[in-house]
Amino acid sequence: MTVRLFLVDDHQMFRAGVRAELGGSVEVVGEAGDVDEAVTGIVSSQPDVVLLDVHLPGGGGQSVIERVTTQAPDVRFLALSVSDAADDVIGVIRAGARGYVTKTISGPELAAAIDRVAEGDAVFSPRLAGFVLDAFTAPSPSADPEVDLLTSREQEVLRLIARGYPYKAVARELSISARTVETHVSSVLHKLQLSNRHELSRWAAERRLI
Amino acid sequence: MSSATSARITRRPDDRLVAGVCSGVARAFDVDVWVVRAAAVALALAGGAGLIAYAAAWALMPAGPPGGQHPPRATGGARDRRGPETGEALAIGAIVLGVVLAVRATGLWFDDAVVWPVALAGAGLAVIWRQASDEQRHSLAGIVGSLDVRSRRAALARVVLGTALVVGGVSAFLAANNAFSAVREAVLASAGIVGGLALISGPWWLRLGRDLARERRQRIRSEERAELAAHLHDSVLQTLALIQRTADDPKAVVAMARKQERELRNWLYGHKPAATDGPARLGPALAAVAEEVEGLHGARIEVVTVGDCALDDRLVALVAAAREAMVNAAKWAGVGEVSVYSEVRDGEVSVFVRDWGRGFDLATVGDGHHGLRESVQARMARQGGTADVRTAPGEGTEIVLRVPRVPR
Repeated sequence: MTVRLFLVDDHQMFRAGVRAELGGSVEVVGEAGDVDEAVTGIVSSQPDVVLLDVHLPGGGGQSVIERVTTQAPDVRFLALSVSDAADDVIGVIRAGARGYVTKTISGPELAAAIDRVAEGDAVFSPRLAGFVLDAFTAPSPSADPEVDLLTSREQEVLRLIARGYPYKAVARELSISARTVETHVSSVLHKLQLSNRHELSRWAAERRLI
Repeated sequence: MSSATSARITRRPDDRLVAGVCSGVARAFDVDVWVVRAAAVALALAGGAGLIAYAAAWALMPAGPPGGQHPPRATGGARDRRGPETGEALAIGAIVLGVVLAVRATGLWFDDAVVWPVALAGAGLAVIWRQASDEQRHSLAGIVGSLDVRSRRAALARVVLGTALVVGGVSAFLAANNAFSAVREAVLASAGIVGGLALISGPWWLRLGRDLARERRQRIRSEERAELAAHLHDSVLQTLALIQRTADDPKAVVAMARKQERELRNWLYGHKPAATDGPARLGPALAAVAEEVEGLHGARIEVVTVGDCALDDRLVALVAAAREAMVNAAKWAGVGEVSVYSEVRDGEVSVFVRDWGRGFDLATVGDGHHGLRESVQARMARQGGTADVRTAPGEGTEIVLRVPRVPR
């Protein structure tokens, strides 16, 4: 069954490009160019996945997620951005997005990422993995050991992703199943969303001097 | 007082009751300060001569450096005080009173009705102006513009007190000279005129202020627009024109578009372009090198850095080796995608350069891979680091560079 996708981006051109690139691999059930439009559209069409631009007029991608979650709890979000700013990316992930990719991603890769999010897994680009490693390895005064520590296995997985390894290659490298890699990544995403490190994004943004 | 001595004797603002004259003298002649002070008081009682001498010394002696072991507090120019300021004020007041009484005793006297108000007003002015420290004396704003709130409040209180004294003095002068009623009428008349003028011209003033603010905003905006236009013209428009002219070479178009995208993004998101002498930190240095290789070989290189540190000679060599590895990947892998990851941790800096291209057999390194052996491995070995190559035909290639960190 094809994934029902909703596109949110303030650039008409980009939306058209994504539609063309994804072709028959997904069913685009709607698109929107700003926050209000997106919220009403998503609530009425109830898609499987929303491809969400981080920077949107009217409050940004974060506010779309925050306003939709109560009325459409099953919708999953994949964040998409041209920005490399850590606080944008981490902000939208903490709001509840299941992954983050850059806008320069190729068509087939984007299709794969959408499928993965639709199945409930997390999509970590190398850059997001780097942000998370940076944020979680900085010493934190307000550390909550329950969620604030990545296990060494999780760190290994993230480092391989940051090095540019696809999930399959990560699994091969660590001699674990691809399914286990997914589990680790989802667990990291969960910690990222629950962590009480209020300044997580700032930590990631300001590269610390070791 | 000879100039030689006065050159040696300096006032000690950090150790004083009034102006630091006595303690300056005491230090210059190495006697106890209280002996000097007692002498000064005695002289002052002797017909006021001591007072005049003191005042002259105050005027002539330069304020010296604080001689104590306490460095002066930095309180926005306010002088370091040892005692409470009220003591100083009282001392100054006593001196002024003494001078006035002394002059009165000599018979050089205008009239009580003139002198006392003038003295009062003078005291007020003194309170205001003494508050300003030497370097601030040129501006009233300096009095109120001290650093911390407490001293600012004290300064304000002093200004208010001083003003009250001056006004009181002036009023007393006028009252004593029976000019008060005339003054009151004059004041009322001028207040009426001023008020009328304000009512008539008020809207005009308001409009003028608003117009000025709006003009300023517009000027700022148009300057920003001009800067933006200039930047876009130099970069994006040029690239678009080039792309139109080379539309038949897709590779070149892609390379140009990527380069332009990166530049524009750096400009928009405020990453400062690397300085001419190169960035001084590992992350930006790697990014700059990746950008250069992308431009030269048309590959897409994603750089992820975790942790960062300042560059030293070793890390400069590491960046150069990483550049060589990127060039290799861009040239030989045949996929046009390279991942670069660097991390700084546990006393070691490592850089991973990864492609998922064709890979090669390490045992049969062809001519093309000399760069790897010479540039990368030898260079790393010279820096006490390592370069590992992981590759196999069809498996892509990963080059792992490591150097120990020199603890700073």
